[in-house]
Amino acid sequence: MDTQELYGISTQVRRDIVRMVAGASSGHPGGSLGCADFMTLLYFDVLKHTPSAFDMNAKNEDVFYLSNGHISPVWYSVLARSGYFPVPELATFRKLSSRLQGHPSTDKNIPGVRMASGSLGQGLSCAIGTALTKKLNGDDALVYTLHGDGELQEGQIWEAAMYGAANKVDNVIATIDYNGRQIDGDVDDVLSLGNLSQKWQAFGWQVLEMNGHDIDDMKRTLAKAQSFVGHGKPIVIIMTTEMGQGVDYMMGTHKWHGNFPNPEQLEIALNQLEETLGDY
Amino acid sequence: MTTTTAFEVLGKKDTRSGFGEGLLEIGKKNKDVVALCADLTGSLKMNAFEDEFPERFFQVGIAEANMMGMAAGMTIGGKIPYTGTFANFSTGRVYDQIRQSIAYSNKNVKICASHAGLTLGEDGATHQILEDIGLMKMLPNMTVIVPCDFNQTKQATMAIADFVGPVYLRFGRPSVPIFMKPDADFVIGKADVLIEGTDVTIIACGHLVWKAIEAAAILAEKGISAEVINMHTIKPLDVQAILKSVAKTGCVVSAEEHMINGGLGDSVAQVIIQNNPVPQEYVGVNDTFGESGTPDELLVKYNIDTPNIVEAAQKVLQRKN
Repeated sequence: MDTQELYGISTQVRRDIVRMVAGASSGHPGGSLGCADFMTLLYFDVLKHTPSAFDMNAKNEDVFYLSNGHISPVWYSVLARSGYFPVPELATFRKLSSRLQGHPSTDKNIPGVRMASGSLGQGLSCAIGTALTKKLNGDDALVYTLHGDGELQEGQIWEAAMYGAANKVDNVIATIDYNGRQIDGDVDDVLSLGNLSQKWQAFGWQVLEMNGHDIDDMKRTLAKAQSFVGHGKPIVIIMTTEMGQGVDYMMGTHKWHGNFPNPEQLEIALNQLEETLGDY
Repeated sequence: MTTTTAFEVLGKKDTRSGFGEGLLEIGKKNKDVVALCADLTGSLKMNAFEDEFPERFFQVGIAEANMMGMAAGMTIGGKIPYTGTFANFSTGRVYDQIRQSIAYSNKNVKICASHAGLTLGEDGATHQILEDIGLMKMLPNMTVIVPCDFNQTKQATMAIADFVGPVYLRFGRPSVPIFMKPDADFVIGKADVLIEGTDVTIIACGHLVWKAIEAAAILAEKGISAEVINMHTIKPLDVQAILKSVAKTGCVVSAEEHMINGGLGDSVAQVIIQNNPVPQEYVGVNDTFGESGTPDELLVKYNIDTPNIVEAAQKVLQRKN
């Protein structure tokens, strides 16, 4: 898909995010906004999938796991906008009986979600499991994941990283949202990740880096990542982003990780984000 | 034990070997069955499956959290993953992974847990989990099965492949009497009434089922007619079997190699209390950790042996009368 068209969609996705979080008076806008460009690119240009006919078993289709489940608003928006479920349903986010739970779940059968997430650190293990099943089934489709950088403080991530490299699970493409912030502050202050690229390399992964707000750069990097599939190493992309990207007062701070805008703040945010596809 | 029981001992074997044989057999019948193990392949008796189906066996190392997540992920595409490690590392260590990725996500994972309870023996309390039945039965979507001997563990291991949904299958380490026929009926959620009786109902699971059979024989010598029910499925519980029996006997003893808090006995009590309140006595571990010792020594010291069931039956009979 044309890059400018993708930017247009991601602007609408950002509107959806702030409106959903404001509408629910809760949620996590910061990381959602930061991953809007990546998630738009993934769902509209990269994934091999059939949004209109969601199949839990994903036969011959790519699978995506959102391991940092708290940025559910961006996922729900791209799922709806790409055709998994009706866009107006976004208005039910975090409301009683909604299929759009605060953190993604499967129990209400929302199309597009294959695994609950929210308790951090579990998605990479799930991805490796699905990737192994695809290999057993002779299914060439890929498994993608997205993780927060703060999430990498969870030990299970590194159990999975070790397993993936040792067993050459080379049909997984993991992406890290490297925004440097988590709920309590900057990642460096809370618990530094050290040299993240070297860590993943030392764990035996093929490491790539990209700018999470430059769609052309992400297109090139994801194509490169796909070219590494089948070469004996799992692939991780360290994606630099700005938490809160697109809404000026949410950027440059960790304070909008888990806070919702009030009506005035929502208005300011929406004035900065063009309505391209029509609000729900 | 010199008392003649109602059941013939067909041999002696560990229930984990029943799991190993069942896994191999179901692996031959069902190509979607895959197995994962966290560095305890020999202890779980999974070697035969590994040798026969190396491409369907996944050694994950000492990383149980990753194993549970991987198992959940492997169901996407239709595989039926069996995870194998000790009961402690199958539950308490990975409770959140099971809760989110398996139970809440309702994935078709079979969590197979060996070395449960005190009879793990000499390794001591770090490994002797006595809370696992409670932990697992509290999870929505989770089915909890505790078979009573080698033959039934083998049957259960095979039966859960055809049952869609998360299952916790609990078995153990020591060699114990085999008394169930290899071709006996095994239906998930349907209890086995092993001995019919009229005075007291003994509801047991796992290794304590044989102890209950022994207790029934001793009680018979004292002129007490005990009904023995093998409640191999803790959840969903066979409510009708319980109610039918207590309607006849009017009192019940529960017996399990597990903490009294949260175990089989509590599940039985819920049924009794809501439907037909009759006296109940618990045989189980009373709010304490275990310790090193032989399995037999530990059952005696922690009051979950045959004489304890006899005593509980006599006590509950007094309360009834």
